[in-house]
Amino acid sequence: MASKVAKMYDLKKKRFMKKFLFLLRHIHYTIMANKLLLLGDEAIALGALDAGLSGIYAYPGTPSTEITEYVQHSKTAKENNIHCTWSANEKTAMEAALGMSYAGKRAMVCMKHVGLNVAADPFINSAITGANGGLIVVSADDPSMHSSQNEQDSRFYGKFAMVPILEPSSQQEAYDMVHYGFDFSEKYQVPVLIRITTRMAHSRSGVVRSDCREQNTLHLPSDLRQFVLLPAIAKKRYNKLLETHRFFIEESENSPFNAYHDGPDKSLGILVAGIALNYLMENFPDRKIPYPLLKIGQYPMPRKLVEKLVGESREVLIVEDGYPMIEELIRGYIPGQKKIRGRFDGSIPRTGELNPNILAVALGLPDTQGLPVPDLMVGRPPQLCAGCPHIDSYKALNEVLEALPKGRVFSDIGCYTLGALKPYEAINSCVDMGASITMAKGAADAGFVPSVAVIGDSTFTHSGITGLLDAVNDKSPVTVIILDNATTAMTGGQDSAGTGRIEDICKGVGVEEAHIRVIRPLRKYHEENVTIIREELNYNGVSVIIPRRECIVTVDKRMREKFRQKQ
Amino acid sequence: MKKDIILAGVGGQGIISIASVIGYAALQEKMFLKQSEVHGMSQRGGDVMSNLRISHDEIASDLIPFGQADLIISVEPLESLRYLSYLSPTEGWLVTNITPFNNIPNYPDIEEVIAGINKIPRHIALDADKLAKEAGSAKSANIVILGAASPFLGLAFEKFQDAIRFIFRSKEESVIEKNLEALKLGRDFTDQNI
Ligand SMILES: Cc1ncc(C[n+]2csc(CCOP(=O)(O)OP(=O)(O)O)c2C)c(N)n1
Ligand code: SF4
Repeated sequence: MASKVAKMYDLKKKRFMKKFLFLLRHIHYTIMANKLLLLGDEAIALGALDAGLSGIYAYPGTPSTEITEYVQHSKTAKENNIHCTWSANEKTAMEAALGMSYAGKRAMVCMKHVGLNVAADPFINSAITGANGGLIVVSADDPSMHSSQNEQDSRFYGKFAMVPILEPSSQQEAYDMVHYGFDFSEKYQVPVLIRITTRMAHSRSGVVRSDCREQNTLHLPSDLRQFVLLPAIAKKRYNKLLETHRFFIEESENSPFNAYHDGPDKSLGILVAGIALNYLMENFPDRKIPYPLLKIGQYPMPRKLVEKLVGESREVLIVEDGYPMIEELIRGYIPGQKKIRGRFDGSIPRTGELNPNILAVALGLPDTQGLPVPDLMVGRPPQLCAGCPHIDSYKALNEVLEALPKGRVFSDIGCYTLGALKPYEAINSCVDMGASITMAKGAADAGFVPSVAVIGDSTFTHSGITGLLDAVNDKSPVTVIILDNATTAMTGGQDSAGTGRIEDICKGVGVEEAHIRVIRPLRKYHEENVTIIREELNYNGVSVIIPRRECIVTVDKRMREKFRQKQ
Repeated sequence: MKKDIILAGVGGQGIISIASVIGYAALQEKMFLKQSEVHGMSQRGGDVMSNLRISHDEIASDLIPFGQADLIISVEPLESLRYLSYLSPTEGWLVTNITPFNNIPNYPDIEEVIAGINKIPRHIALDADKLAKEAGSAKSANIVILGAASPFLGLAFEKFQDAIRFIFRSKEESVIEKNLEALKLGRDFTDQNI
């Protein structure tokens, strides 16, 4: 007994110290007693650490990157040996997290929305295997495409996989939902999806922490065949998921994140999801909404609450950031003539991020306007940094291609995509990570030769290697330029999975050694580089050119760090 | 008291530092705060902006509604005009640097940009780069601008001085002093020109 008490005391002391150290580091963010000022991303990371996380797995992607970086910079995470290094891509991240969950520990996997496309296979199937240790998948959507190729809505994936989805309306909820999500995941043995948007990820607000808890101990699933998705077992598991789904709906009806507020004016009912709640509230300075209101933060949709809202009000306005997913669903729920308003009928624009003014217009409240922007205004798009190695690579490539008809450079996603803009106008495609090599191969297969792929080192290890293998196996006449700046620059300079091993990887895949050429993208080697690129373009098979020079932003960061340490 | 602020500039010009200083000062006053940043591609010279809201009452939206910002603080003249749709037409102040950051081929005629700024009913336009050099720290133009904006933020000037001491606490004493001087030169400019 005494030892138990002592242990409890120890534990409490440890927790207190943990909290204390954390607060010390973040004291400049301290509001009053114990509120921290955190980005939505940081709130999720801290929530995970406090909820007994054992590992975070991720590939960088705006606006999700700061979740993992927060854990990487956390002293608590280091002390407790929490896994937090970057994965090669979102699929490997998702699978590793599932493995950690299999072993009984709590795991989180984070990505930007398009990352969930890459991880879709393990994600959907993890709903069938189920989880053991708590498993949370965070997907960060980007309505208005601030820094993405599309504005796809991750909630559809959650619905598709039939897993519960949590969608915070504040940084505090983001924090709380992680604890709740891990509990939910362990209670029902199911992965839980947390869906955020850019605005939630990258906006700061006050967060109060709750108690910290220890990590799980290793423990395997009680049924060792749970994760064996042979058809006979998979059928059982799928039926189990369908059965459990009933409870997910019940949980949603009673969730602390879903709330029904009555209002005296029944001419309108408002259904509002996630961060849209804040834009709604902004329009009511006294924070009193005169209409019945259903706030959604947890899915599957709480059908009874929806029916109550619809039953109480003459019209329903549906407000959600992203695709009109709830709106589509509600239109199906509701019989008869009741008017549903939202993105489909033009009450709210069909695309793009919401804001307080969009809500004002939808509610028939006065819209507000500022001053006119003068006509002289011009855009200021991001550009390759002065001194960027990609500039020298594009200059050499452009010179070689000058003699040929345009339109033969298939590129990929990274800083180098900015080479599409003036003055380089060097590339003709950017679709999804890895698509450069495979598209160049397809075009070459069609007889379009020479055909060139331009891909960054991190994108290459993310999903370029398999495409290169296809090209080697088919002996496709493609020239693959792997821009090796030794980092994942676009998202802020994270480690790149293949640094120092790019040639070896190409050799291993089967590219002939004579056609793996490393060049130095510097002005003084321009002529030499032009010659090498020309030689390889003329080669009728797979060749790889690796322009290698570190990103100047990471060089600068490293130098400053070194200088600081010297002082 | 409630202030809605748009911070504008070009990636790398230090608008996040301005936000940190104001944010720290507001938190010391036990105010609520919401700050929305656009992260992502900022290191490559694109336009950047941040919504900063401070208030004694709880704040709802992360985004400031159009026409309701009390203040636009800009470290670059062209950028100061980009977000005018947020500025309150009846009460809003524009505080901006007049030294252009010209990294685009089609940068408009700077005279016209300045003329556009002069048309704003309530504005303070100053050469923050020059004042920063006078303060001995060419990199502190952002702090000069903050100083120039400080009379409109509803907080005592000392609060910003304290915040600078805190935010730059890991730096050498001389760096802190130069930034305090930059802050003061900006403040003096507004006091003399308002
Ligand atoms: C599936 C997917 N995951 C993540 C991203 C975000 N993202 C875009 S480019 C990039 C990395 C680019 O690194 P690299 O290929 O090395 O090029 P660099 O930016 O260094 O030039 C990342 C992580 C994305 N667009 N799609
Ligand atoms: S961050 Fe690095 S890779 Fe990206 S443009 Fe700048 S120098 Fe080039």
